[in-house]
Amino acid sequence: MITETSTYALTTRKLTLAYEGKVVIESLDLAIPTGKITILVGPNGCGKSTLLKGLGRLLKPIQGVVYLGSESIAKLSTKVIAQRLGLLPQGPTAPEGLTVKDLVSQGRYPHQGWLQQWSKEDEKQVNWALSITQMQEFAHLALDNLSGGQRQRAWIAMTLAQDTEILLLDEPTTYLDLAHQMEILDLLYDLNQQQQRTIVMVLHDLNQACRYGDHLVAVKAGTIYDQGHPTQVMTAKMVQEVFDLESRIVSDPVAGTPLCIPIGRKGGMTSVVSCLNV
Amino acid sequence: MSTIPQQRRLLRSAMPLGLGLVLGVGLLLFCLMASVGLGVADISPQTVYQALTAFDGSTDQLIIRTVRVPRSITALLVGGAVAVAGAMMQGLTRNPLADPGILGINAGAALAVVGSVFWLGTTSLSVYAGFALLGAAIAAVTVYALGSLGKGGLTPLNLTIAGAAFQVFVSSVTMGILILSQRTLAEIRFWLAGSVAGRDLDLVVQVLPYLVVGMVIALIMGKQLTTLSLGEDIAQGLGQKTAWIKVTAAVSIILLAGGSVAIAGPIGFVGLIVPHIVRFGVGVDYRWILPYSAILGAILLLVADIGARLIIQPQELPVGLVMPLLGAPFFIYLTRWQVRR
Repeated sequence: MITETSTYALTTRKLTLAYEGKVVIESLDLAIPTGKITILVGPNGCGKSTLLKGLGRLLKPIQGVVYLGSESIAKLSTKVIAQRLGLLPQGPTAPEGLTVKDLVSQGRYPHQGWLQQWSKEDEKQVNWALSITQMQEFAHLALDNLSGGQRQRAWIAMTLAQDTEILLLDEPTTYLDLAHQMEILDLLYDLNQQQQRTIVMVLHDLNQACRYGDHLVAVKAGTIYDQGHPTQVMTAKMVQEVFDLESRIVSDPVAGTPLCIPIGRKGGMTSVVSCLNV
Repeated sequence: MSTIPQQRRLLRSAMPLGLGLVLGVGLLLFCLMASVGLGVADISPQTVYQALTAFDGSTDQLIIRTVRVPRSITALLVGGAVAVAGAMMQGLTRNPLADPGILGINAGAALAVVGSVFWLGTTSLSVYAGFALLGAAIAAVTVYALGSLGKGGLTPLNLTIAGAAFQVFVSSVTMGILILSQRTLAEIRFWLAGSVAGRDLDLVVQVLPYLVVGMVIALIMGKQLTTLSLGEDIAQGLGQKTAWIKVTAAVSIILLAGGSVAIAGPIGFVGLIVPHIVRFGVGVDYRWILPYSAILGAILLLVADIGARLIIQPQELPVGLVMPLLGAPFFIYLTRWQVRR
């Protein structure tokens, strides 16, 4: 256990979670490596979002424990957790008229008391978060006037202003076009590389998951089907058994990471296959 | 699309919010003086002044001291309290249609009062207060629970439907009691229409502590409410104890709405309109929305009550009947253009 605390940012022991009265995650053991990008993949309804909420203490476990470092998350005050772990749920919505700066400033909440005023450190962190997400020029615009990609960057900036060593993000690329998806993923990658922040996120796109993930966790019906480096986890057998989908795994011609080509009913045509073999 | 936020920003930068608050208090005092001075009986400003400083027992001075002053103070307190209750409800539920009237809090308080007169023969206005608070609390819990049961949880739509259904049900029970019992009707008919007239200052003083406590809680919670308005998951993620915040805010809402109903009967729409107007000027930060709502709500009810006195002279209307004339069109505007699931 003690040796694990430095290598693992978050650990679960026999974690059982329920959502709306139904057990979704059952007796799950998971370790999130410190300073790496961990990506949860799995079909809709497999429990990956629930698991992320459990890791971020938004859902109280029915059984089992989540450890933040070496401490049980249930024994820490929610504010102390918020100083170490930031999280962004799926598809957040802001009140109409809220400006980007107002939103990002909310990220400082866990660092303030009831009476404590806005500090220099708060201002510094907010400006840093705005600049790294390239949102400075939009700081005084209302969120509802921005594009989906800009809005998502603003929410990420809020989580960054929180200044935590761990970030949990639930589908940060949903509803974005491909260019904006890459923009968000590159931003998270840079944060991980330059500041060694631990990032855990749910992604739907398996190929992006393989490209950006250091550690891939395939979730199937509330349990872990397999986990490890993408090259080990991403196999045709895994895709078949977890997603119930026939596929072929090839090497990504750009990054060399695994690339999943779904076959489907229209697939298997020689033209597609030969094209990829070129 | 882009002009509205821009206007908002201009408004905000042109006038520092603190200064606006001071000006608001000034305007409120002016309206308070107008409310004491204006009415069916034509009384000179000089007499008004003397009634307050050198009371000589004349009829005019008596009108000022026993009718106009209590009435104006009631309008001020109730208007401010209901508007803040509405603002809190809108922030707490992230529902632009939230208001103590629409979500059935007022109706619940009213039924509790009518029921107490019918079954227990309550006659003193001061006992009403306790029942009004109890009724408001039961209504709040019931509507919240009903709204949470719907598909997708506590969405603005589910909450509004739950509130409307509860309100209609409770109002029909209230009506039933009034039809069965002429005595009950005679005693509280005027109260039930929502009025600030004919209120004894003693009653106001008895309810005042509830309103003050409710208001203090509300004003302290501004920062927390702004964070919570980003959504419960976000607020929890930022380290807020959201369950505590919600319970505390609910207590404040019940004190403000229940206390108001106890004094003036159910007065609708103030809690709905005022926060929206305020948001247009000061933005989305509840540290500003709440105090501005208190001031603007007091002003609105004072002005509406002056109107209620002067529209059909020498007769008077209860202000509770005047407010919907302003409120109903605004409500339609909100449902048509502002509400999203």
